[in-house]
Amino acid sequence: MSLDPATVRRIARLARIGIDESDVPALQGELNGILGWVEQLNEVDVEGVTPMVGTGHAALRTRPDVVTDGNCRDAVLSNAPDGVGPFYTVPKVVE
Amino acid sequence: MSLTELTIADAASGLRARKFSAVELVRAHTDAIAALNPRLNAYITTTADEALKAAQQADDVLAKGEARALTGIPLGIKDLFCTNGVRTTAASNILKNFVPPYESTVTANLLRDGAVFVGKTNLDEFAMGSANITSAFGPVENPWKRNGDDAALVPGGSSGGSAAAVAAGLAMGATGTDTGGSIRQPAAYCGIVGLKPTYGRCSRFGTIAYASSLDQAGPMARSVRDCAIMLQSMAGFDERDSTSVNCDVPDYSAAIGRSLKGLKVGIPAEYRAEGLSAEIAAAWQQGIEWLKAAGCEIVDVSLPHTKYGLATYYIVAPAECSSNLARYDGLRFGERVPGDTLDAMYEATRRAGFGPEVRRRIMMGTYVLSAGYYDAYYLKAQKVRTLIRRDFTEAFGKVDVLLTPTAPTPAFAQGEQSDDPVQMYLNDIFTVPASMAGMPAMSVPVGLGATGLPLGLQLIGRPFDEETLLATGNALESAAGFTHRPAIRAEAAK
Repeated sequence: MSLDPATVRRIARLARIGIDESDVPALQGELNGILGWVEQLNEVDVEGVTPMVGTGHAALRTRPDVVTDGNCRDAVLSNAPDGVGPFYTVPKVVE
Repeated sequence: MSLTELTIADAASGLRARKFSAVELVRAHTDAIAALNPRLNAYITTTADEALKAAQQADDVLAKGEARALTGIPLGIKDLFCTNGVRTTAASNILKNFVPPYESTVTANLLRDGAVFVGKTNLDEFAMGSANITSAFGPVENPWKRNGDDAALVPGGSSGGSAAAVAAGLAMGATGTDTGGSIRQPAAYCGIVGLKPTYGRCSRFGTIAYASSLDQAGPMARSVRDCAIMLQSMAGFDERDSTSVNCDVPDYSAAIGRSLKGLKVGIPAEYRAEGLSAEIAAAWQQGIEWLKAAGCEIVDVSLPHTKYGLATYYIVAPAECSSNLARYDGLRFGERVPGDTLDAMYEATRRAGFGPEVRRRIMMGTYVLSAGYYDAYYLKAQKVRTLIRRDFTEAFGKVDVLLTPTAPTPAFAQGEQSDDPVQMYLNDIFTVPASMAGMPAMSVPVGLGATGLPLGLQLIGRPFDEETLLATGNALESAAGFTHRPAIRAEAAK
């Protein structure tokens, strides 16, 4: 499977990573190099094999549905790149 | 002996015997950092003032006879662990001004036991790399030199700053994280011991995530015993990590010196791979002889899916990375680059904030998870991962521990490997399979190669059997008598 320039642009868009048109050829080459290399997995017969989603050592736990943390608004906001009072700011999204 | 050459175990006894104070011990290290860090770049942030204050408190605790395991011991902390009030960057521009308002569980455990943090160590950006050359804060220089050659070598990665700091005497030990070899490979390149515990042994809470099903914190130090001491503090159940495993933490130091009589050591045929350097093959053979002499039974085993480990890793890890790093959107924390629309802001922020390797892995991950390709790449990789784990499970039906090389070559020079990402990925060929399977593994330095660089061997154990790794690693360490130190180090710089 080989990526064309349009697919490279589409992936960048999905990943919300800005790229210039001049970045496309290099990215295309690098991503195709990696994808070509992982093609070796096609040799492996995985018929009937269950996918491994974790190492399976920890069983998922439940806990009482109660508040365990909170009242730390200033700490939460302390790294905001931009804010007004106790709020984050964002660019306008209504276009 | 100089304070920067001691092991943690010896320093802890020296502090208790009042041979030197914690302030003297910590100052020796902060002075060494001031002298050598401008060259090695092992630390992104140094915290000498805070460390000296903590050392004074440690001396008070020592005077009262209330010292804990790590009281007064200066440690480096990989800059991927959130430290309350101390900048934590993940070696990325996107977090260059991030000051966590909380402490990671692993570092909180070390502080509870009295450790003194002297700084935050450099790493590959978001732990993505094998040579510590992707850091936004510049590359780390390996303190080791080839014989008669001053070329700057890489320390390995991603925990390259931690490895370089420990090797050069800029910390007595350091924390690392290992996703595909990021503790073990730099430990091998820098001639120190590095242990990646079983997945779930150390909490991931407060450790900046790269690939969550693989990331695991572990100790890096100059002896196997020191790794045992650090792991004792770092390990343990944590409710705040859903993959933390609630099982007892044994007395790791007690495993050291344990008899290895009758221990079955597996030698996997598939690790005699193409590209394995002759000197590392020879070191491996030497390791086999040493373990035989210690009473171990050597057993040939097969891990047939070894060669697929890396390709599997480079689907699974980028997929998880693309998901984890989606949080860096310039809204709630991290750097923001303005844009006219929300999407323009995201795109500008993430282009400026992430370096090329991180952008590449996010894009790879985005692609393998995208509609139409998920089954062909991601699901397929998860199935191969099951087969890789099965190989280990079957091998551990026959043997107690596996012995392999840690990396196919010793440290290489900065800029020496080609710009081809796949070539760089091959450095992790021997470390990735144990990561995929979640098994504990450790690298131990066993000798110097032809050019005077350290060589490491890897031990891989059963889940939660770090004790066998420590016992076997200590046997290798004793037989090797590895006392070599790098050319650039605190003591030599005096």
